[in-house]
Amino acid sequence: MKGLWNKIEKWLDERYDIQPMKEYIKHKKVPMHRHSVWYYMGGITLFLFTVQVLTGILLLMYYKPGENSSYESVRFIITQVKFGWLIRNVHSWSANLMIFFAFLHMFSVFFSGAFKKPRELTWVSGFLILALALGFGFSGYLLPWDDLAFFATKVGTEIVASVPLIGHWLKEVLRGGEDVTGATLSRFFGIHTAILPLIATILIAIHLLFVQKQGMHEPEEFKNLPEEKKKYIPFFPNFALKDLLFWLLIFNIILFLALYFPWQLGPKADPLSSAPAGIKPEWYFMFMFQSLKLLPAHILFLEGEVVGILTFGLAGTIWMILPFLVPAKRESNKILKIIGVFVVAFIVVFTILGYIL
Amino acid sequence: MGQTRRKFLNFLLSITGIGALGAILYPVFSYLVPPKIAEANVNSVKVGKVMHFPPDSSKILKFGREPVIVVRDKQGEFHALSAVCTHLQCIVQFRTDKESIWCACHNGLYDLKGRNISGPPPKPLKEFKVNIVNDELIISKMG
Amino acid sequence: MKKLIVMLNIILFLVLANSVFSQTQNKKNVVQTKNSCLTCHKEDDNMPDDYNPNNVHASVGLNCVDCHGGDSTSDDEDIAMSKAKGFVGAPEKTEIPQFCGKCHSNINYMRKYNPRAETDQVSQYYTSVHGKQLKKGDENVAACTDCHTAHSIFKVNNPQSTVYALNVPGTCNKCHGDAKLISKYKLNPNIYEEYSNSVHGIALLKNKDTGAPACNDCHGNHGAMPPGVNSIANVCGLCHVNNLKYFEASKMGKAFKEEDYHGCEECHGNHGIKKPTDDFIGVSDKAVCINCHDEGEDGYIVAETIHGELKKLTSMYDSAKVKLSEVKKIGMDDVDISFILKDVHQSIIKARTKVHTFDTVQVAKVVNTGLKTAFKAIKKADDEISDYHTRTNGFGIATGIFLILIILIYLKLKTIEKKQ
Repeated sequence: MKGLWNKIEKWLDERYDIQPMKEYIKHKKVPMHRHSVWYYMGGITLFLFTVQVLTGILLLMYYKPGENSSYESVRFIITQVKFGWLIRNVHSWSANLMIFFAFLHMFSVFFSGAFKKPRELTWVSGFLILALALGFGFSGYLLPWDDLAFFATKVGTEIVASVPLIGHWLKEVLRGGEDVTGATLSRFFGIHTAILPLIATILIAIHLLFVQKQGMHEPEEFKNLPEEKKKYIPFFPNFALKDLLFWLLIFNIILFLALYFPWQLGPKADPLSSAPAGIKPEWYFMFMFQSLKLLPAHILFLEGEVVGILTFGLAGTIWMILPFLVPAKRESNKILKIIGVFVVAFIVVFTILGYIL
Repeated sequence: MGQTRRKFLNFLLSITGIGALGAILYPVFSYLVPPKIAEANVNSVKVGKVMHFPPDSSKILKFGREPVIVVRDKQGEFHALSAVCTHLQCIVQFRTDKESIWCACHNGLYDLKGRNISGPPPKPLKEFKVNIVNDELIISKMG
Repeated sequence: MKKLIVMLNIILFLVLANSVFSQTQNKKNVVQTKNSCLTCHKEDDNMPDDYNPNNVHASVGLNCVDCHGGDSTSDDEDIAMSKAKGFVGAPEKTEIPQFCGKCHSNINYMRKYNPRAETDQVSQYYTSVHGKQLKKGDENVAACTDCHTAHSIFKVNNPQSTVYALNVPGTCNKCHGDAKLISKYKLNPNIYEEYSNSVHGIALLKNKDTGAPACNDCHGNHGAMPPGVNSIANVCGLCHVNNLKYFEASKMGKAFKEEDYHGCEECHGNHGIKKPTDDFIGVSDKAVCINCHDEGEDGYIVAETIHGELKKLTSMYDSAKVKLSEVKKIGMDDVDISFILKDVHQSIIKARTKVHTFDTVQVAKVVNTGLKTAFKAIKKADDEISDYHTRTNGFGIATGIFLILIILIYLKLKTIEKKQ
């Protein structure tokens, strides 16, 4: 067994010179300190993305986009196809967990200051990936074409229309017409299964490349330790095995959720029926949805919703280019921490409000 | 001793590793095997051979979640209508003596086009399209 | 001759003006062509209280003079409302039927507007209790205008109409709910209240099911009268066909006829009729059977047996429904089961109808088909549930493997760390 492995390695090395890569992997190390646990968040997100790609491909085997077939084919998958229920539920649950861990990853990076120089572009690419993940969530939610999906999409795309100047145009482009119809379904299907995966894969590759190039970020307190007190573990096999441990654990949790908390498939979407009570967006949109809802109808001479959207747009942009705005020096840490805590508190509070109000 | 222990651990690891891989791949491969009903299709349903429907008879069949009444009239023509009365959702029946669809619950009457012609029903029965392909009856949604 | 030509010209002009008007401005403006009645009565604020310019007569181009006579082209009150011009004014109460009947009993006239018009309303009316009393000179009873209004008449299928199905109970109740008035005739003034809480009243007034019977569906309209003892069953049987068929063929039906019992009403009541429960039959204190049948009698035993049969089926149906909700809760396929349960529900309806045969064998036959179908549904549900348990078992196995793997990887990690 080992002999065969060596032979393959030699064969490859002869042709592609894999020595530098081997060296790189051998010497890649991960700093160990009390905040090391956050290093796993990115890996978990990546793992869940892989799960999404694989289960997504499997779902494509039976899913048929279309006003008269989407709902029926999803129903077919979860009732007729062997383990179809599992694949669909894993896809839904893993999607939610992926976004959750992406958020965790982002905030851990923010609070450890890892986003600052020289990792500005890693941060920007990461932010874009999160935005794409939200896009995945939004577009995928419509695909089963049940009434909740239909009305949530209707409400969601309606909010887009409040974007100044291009809002109406954007809404129509998203919906593929004036209203949410079969045309929207085709579009969302295309976006969800072709456009977003392509962009996401490229961005993730770039994101990972940056990380490999620059190595793991070391927090301030770790950097200041005397050299002999700095503890590292090798990336391979130690850190990789630990990664694997987390992945297995998360995967098992997903299986558990898929079995005991299956995603419902409501009644088929009926564009002519009235919206069911209590339409709520997915939890990761809740804080935005809720704060837009709580805004007064008019702020100064502008509509409340427009102000809200502009604010979110502006805040998002600032958040994305944050590493270019703050000096890499230490003094700024305190203010940043306050801002970070405020942002987290805002998201948490408004998400909770969204569910209790 | 450490040597054997490590070897044993490696052995166990590969066994469970293969097991775990199996636990993942088994559902995946079962998923890929097409189920008996090859595809999800509720826009049309095959309901059987023409000879199973003698003239002047009817059958109630399943169309997705909906019962559908298929009537073959005296002239041998086929009609397919939703079998749920539009009044209080009883299942309707074909009355050969009246040559029409009748709901026993409150004496509602529909003609073979599904139009409500007497009694309490407030609106017509939904009509379905009937096609005959290779001697087999296929019912599909209108429009 | 000249006069005639002028007249014809005027008529022609009016007709043309009418058609132009109606094309451009809708029918409601028809009345606005020269009508001195409206001009003056509006000026003097002396219009009938119930005047609605969209009423059915105006909408077909009739105006005041077509009922009241006179000449609406003259601005001179004395000419317009002169006897010479045929002015009759408002009719006396007792004259109202003839007043309306001038046109409505004349098919040659009515044909113009509706070739299928019925013209027997007045003659029917005089056969009704209302009509008979009016003939006697009793001015308290309803004549045409009491139900149809005088100046807000609409077709019966127009929701604005006082005789539109949903409005009928309220219209009748104007008089029949007037305790002072109706007690003179020794009638119950609370019928509206009883009716609105009945199964029919709830269907009509609350659920707006215009197929549900309003007052006139059982009592008739122009010939309104309480149905006689012998016709009650036929009236109910208009909708409840099978119930009537089974009942009339049953021993009970024959006995009822002999004893002059009030058919359906005897058990179900009349205006306040409630949706019967399965306890309606049987021997409990909610059952109506024990009103006549004493313990030990054949009828008593039949009632008890039939009640038992119904209960068997409904409780089986309930447990199948519980199973169905279990299946739904765990996210398994419920389509087939729901479909089968529709059949069971249909059997329950059939069995409840068969009660009216008062034949335990016939009821049991329907109940047994229902039970069989229900069993099928339960079996299907059990299959789904056991399938679900297979899944949980599979999950258990997978979890076991993953857990062992996790532990082993952890151990491996420790040995590696030790080596380092």
